[in-house]
Amino acid sequence: MFRVSRNPAIDTTAKLVVVAVAMFAFVFVIMVPLYNVLCDALGINGKTSGQAYTAVQAGVDESREITIQFVATNNEGMPWEFGPEDRIMKVHPGASNTTIFHARNPLPKAMVAQAIPSVSPSRAAEYFHKTECFCFNQQPLDGETSAEMPLQFIIDRDLPRDIRTITLSYTLFDVTAMAGDAVAAR
Amino acid sequence: MSLQTKRLMRAAPGFAALVMAMSGRLALAADDKMNQLNMPVGVTDVGKSIYDLHMIILWICVVIGALVFGVMFYSIIYHRKSRGAKAASFHESTKVEIAWTVVPFVILIGMAVPATSTLIDIYDFDDAEMDILITGYQWKWKYEYLNEDGENVSFFSNMSTPQSEIYNTQTKNSNYLLEVDEPVVIPVGTKVRFLVTANDVIHSWWVPELAVKKDAIPGFINETWAMANEIGTYRGQCAELCGKDHGFMPVVVEVVSKEDYASWMSEKQAEAEEIKSLMAQNFSMDELMSRGKAVYQRACQACHGASGEGGVGTAIAGSDVATGEIAGHLNIGINGVPGSAMQAFGGQLNDVEMAAVITYQRNAFGNNMGDMVQPIDVFNHKKG
Amino acid sequence: MGDHAHGPAKGLSRWLFTTNHKDIGTMYLWFSFAMFILGGSFAMIIRAELFQPGMQLVEPGFFNQMTTLHGLVMVFGAIMPSFVGLANWMIPMMIGAPDMALPRMNNWSFWILPPAFLMLASTLFMEGGAPGFGWTFYAPLSTTYAPPSVTFFIFAIHILGLSSIMGSINIIATVMNMRAPGMSYMKMPLFVWTWLITAFLLVAVMPVLAGAVTMMLMDIHFGTSFFSAAGGGDPVLFQHIFWFFGHPEVYIIILPAFGVVSQIIPAFSRKPLFGYDSMVYATAAIAFLSFIVWAHHMYTVGMPIAGELFFMYATMLIAVPTGVKVFNWVTTMWRGSLSFETPMLFCVGFLILFTIGGFTGLMLSIAPADFQYHDSYFVVAHFHYVMVAGAVFSMSAAVYYWLPKWCGRMYNETMGKTHFWISFIGFNITFFPQHFVGLAGMPRRIPDYALQFADFNMMSSIGAFIYGASQILFLYNVVATIVSGKPVSDDKVWDGAEGLEWTVPTPAPYHTFEVPPKIDPAHAHT
Repeated sequence: MFRVSRNPAIDTTAKLVVVAVAMFAFVFVIMVPLYNVLCDALGINGKTSGQAYTAVQAGVDESREITIQFVATNNEGMPWEFGPEDRIMKVHPGASNTTIFHARNPLPKAMVAQAIPSVSPSRAAEYFHKTECFCFNQQPLDGETSAEMPLQFIIDRDLPRDIRTITLSYTLFDVTAMAGDAVAAR
Repeated sequence: MSLQTKRLMRAAPGFAALVMAMSGRLALAADDKMNQLNMPVGVTDVGKSIYDLHMIILWICVVIGALVFGVMFYSIIYHRKSRGAKAASFHESTKVEIAWTVVPFVILIGMAVPATSTLIDIYDFDDAEMDILITGYQWKWKYEYLNEDGENVSFFSNMSTPQSEIYNTQTKNSNYLLEVDEPVVIPVGTKVRFLVTANDVIHSWWVPELAVKKDAIPGFINETWAMANEIGTYRGQCAELCGKDHGFMPVVVEVVSKEDYASWMSEKQAEAEEIKSLMAQNFSMDELMSRGKAVYQRACQACHGASGEGGVGTAIAGSDVATGEIAGHLNIGINGVPGSAMQAFGGQLNDVEMAAVITYQRNAFGNNMGDMVQPIDVFNHKKG
Repeated sequence: MGDHAHGPAKGLSRWLFTTNHKDIGTMYLWFSFAMFILGGSFAMIIRAELFQPGMQLVEPGFFNQMTTLHGLVMVFGAIMPSFVGLANWMIPMMIGAPDMALPRMNNWSFWILPPAFLMLASTLFMEGGAPGFGWTFYAPLSTTYAPPSVTFFIFAIHILGLSSIMGSINIIATVMNMRAPGMSYMKMPLFVWTWLITAFLLVAVMPVLAGAVTMMLMDIHFGTSFFSAAGGGDPVLFQHIFWFFGHPEVYIIILPAFGVVSQIIPAFSRKPLFGYDSMVYATAAIAFLSFIVWAHHMYTVGMPIAGELFFMYATMLIAVPTGVKVFNWVTTMWRGSLSFETPMLFCVGFLILFTIGGFTGLMLSIAPADFQYHDSYFVVAHFHYVMVAGAVFSMSAAVYYWLPKWCGRMYNETMGKTHFWISFIGFNITFFPQHFVGLAGMPRRIPDYALQFADFNMMSSIGAFIYGASQILFLYNVVATIVSGKPVSDDKVWDGAEGLEWTVPTPAPYHTFEVPPKIDPAHAHT
């Protein structure tokens, strides 16, 4: 077996130090990315893909109608007015749908927001495809101005038939302080 | 320190009285919840199966425990050195050791089967007839009815137990710490889906009798559901440590008949309409002051003190904000002070309430500014 | 090497610069007892506030600081260092080694502990108060919403993690390299075995804790978003990392206790330990399983059902090796020649109470039922049955068992037994009613509670004061023994005790086994 030192105690110690350092690194280089992969794969916390969906659906499934509920929440300390144009939409799987969210920055200073999407039921997350979403990027808004933020989405035709209602929630965070830094920790 | 010493002294007679009353209170426990020993059976099918599961496992544990402790106590009594017991020398037996590895394993499989089927039931979110969004705030809950007929129905639910009961200057009522100003109302026999999220830190929405506990995580929504079979009022609390007042954010669920639910819902709709019309009204100073006082007691008093003397929050009596420009005062009320305990109340109070409480703060506690804020001013301030 | 022939140096420098495993063990034991008292006083404040409904003594924020510091001090300051101290004293003596493999590192790993806890305790006096986010410090309460003192808390965790890692590396290096000739692995006393496995667990998971707090530090000060949804992170990730450390951590606490009990029960049963091999395998199995069950602490966090089922089944499995251990201990007592001196009493107490804690653990593993138990006082009762009755009772047993060997004097048996009975009764009055209030719906970590929980909470508080007071008797008994206990001179203090530590003179000289002992090949694992 590989020996670091002729002194067996030092040899054992050196190997264990390597283990400890490796476990420290394990948290950063394995656990964090692995968790993100698992979240995407399993829809943990209803997380949806952060990228625009570009595939084409095989056609519209007119046989069923899915109720989509839109929910907007402001995280603590976020003073924007933020809400969906439509609270509820009825859509067919495979069809492309568009809606908008309204946002207004009431403060006299420019701010940057980030909307975090979350889908319920979480197993619907992988069937909720966004072709365009304001949540893909941070949204800057000058003081005392409003914006209409578009969302385009397709419900996958493979959505399990027992899911008839999907809720899409956006939580709006104030990221003015960290804007400029790339979306960190990913 | 001196404050705490004072509290201690104030508590002492209370303690003596409590000890004297203790036996009496045990007997007087008309409420069957008093000194409850076991998990509530609950009023949902899921709750009943969880309770059954709990009891099955408890009894399995009791039986195994009785066997193990029985053997142990037999040894303790009969294999004592003082009774002249001579030690045997056996120290292994492969057969026995394999047996007590395999048998527990089989018992565990027996437990896993009902546990799995109950879990699958709990995870069946389909076919809910209505959806309620629950948002945890430090330290209150907000309920939002998501279905078509629930438009505009959204409210905060604050603990309504007065500080005087908590700090022992007034007798505690029987729902002490488990009462709110506005409970969430759901119809009986209806599958209700709860979407749970949080505004700041992690909370957990727990109602033992509905057998529902779900963490509220900022940024994400969790789902759970309940279908109550019995009309009644069910009380719970936040179950995840969420800061200072974690112990003071109860959950109260009113389960009512479907008819009562429908009329409650139309009342709420009418109320929302009324608030809309109130928004356009001008109020007199007296009206604003009396409404403002109520709002103050509900939303401000815990931090700013009953007479605006301050506490966790700054003093309002004579403060620069409350005696300064209206716009600045409104701004703090609506948007809060980022990075401090002062929350943004713009989304928690409606414009009428905001106008009233700002007016109240400017004219109470010796502030006597003499000016008024009308709902339309709040509306305009928000619009910029 | 000339120094070795001499006794200890005189004065303070003996303790400051010592590399002697017995000195370092002694310091660890006293330090952990001091922390036990400190953490215990926090618990007394908690129970005093909870004595009756209403806020009487402290403010809710301060109450949270007390629950937080109580947990941290007890886990990292009292229980873990106490077993490290025991390992320092006993492992070299049990395997026939002259000292630990890395004596200078041993000195360091102790001496960085007191500053770490001084720093942790000093947060109480800082602006914004001490951390009040629980010993599990879930983000974002511990990051975005934390008091400024959180940075010192993180630094303290780093230091005590480093101390634990150094301590465990030392133990592994000692056990692997310093065993006397003929002392094969399967002949090692079980205490050495459980510690060896514990040390591996520590080396594997303390860096994970360090990683978690480092991420917190970066989120707080360097603008990253590991645990904040705003920047693409996830607060739930924190819980996964924490419990990936945290679940092995609870076995880190309990495995050495298993080792202690496995030494003491045979001694007072005058009969060899039943199923030595299966004890070793069960310990290893528990250690392995501890890595794949962490999310059973997070059933309510909203995992997919497949995750819930996996963690439920894996957690239930732990009952098998744990059951094997309990059955083995009971069978060791079966047809023995039992006597009930204080160490044995504590071991029997351990066996009863730990088994109860194990049963409630099994109940908690059932995910659907856990939706009702989770974060209630039922959990508080459960982990105090395994932590206090597991770790603290076995530690008391260990002190009574080996104290005569350490100082050459016998403790007062009557006082020891009194300590046991007061502890046992006080402990049960404290924690048994907590099962009831938990099941009835009382959440944990609340400074005030509804009226229906009042009587059991009062009972619990009275029990806690009794249990707390009994520890003063313990301290008195130990000090009185050291100062003026009845001298003992037999090498083998207890007639049923087996093992190398009982072959050296009593009290154990400053240096032992400078010449490795001969191990009788027929003499298996004692």
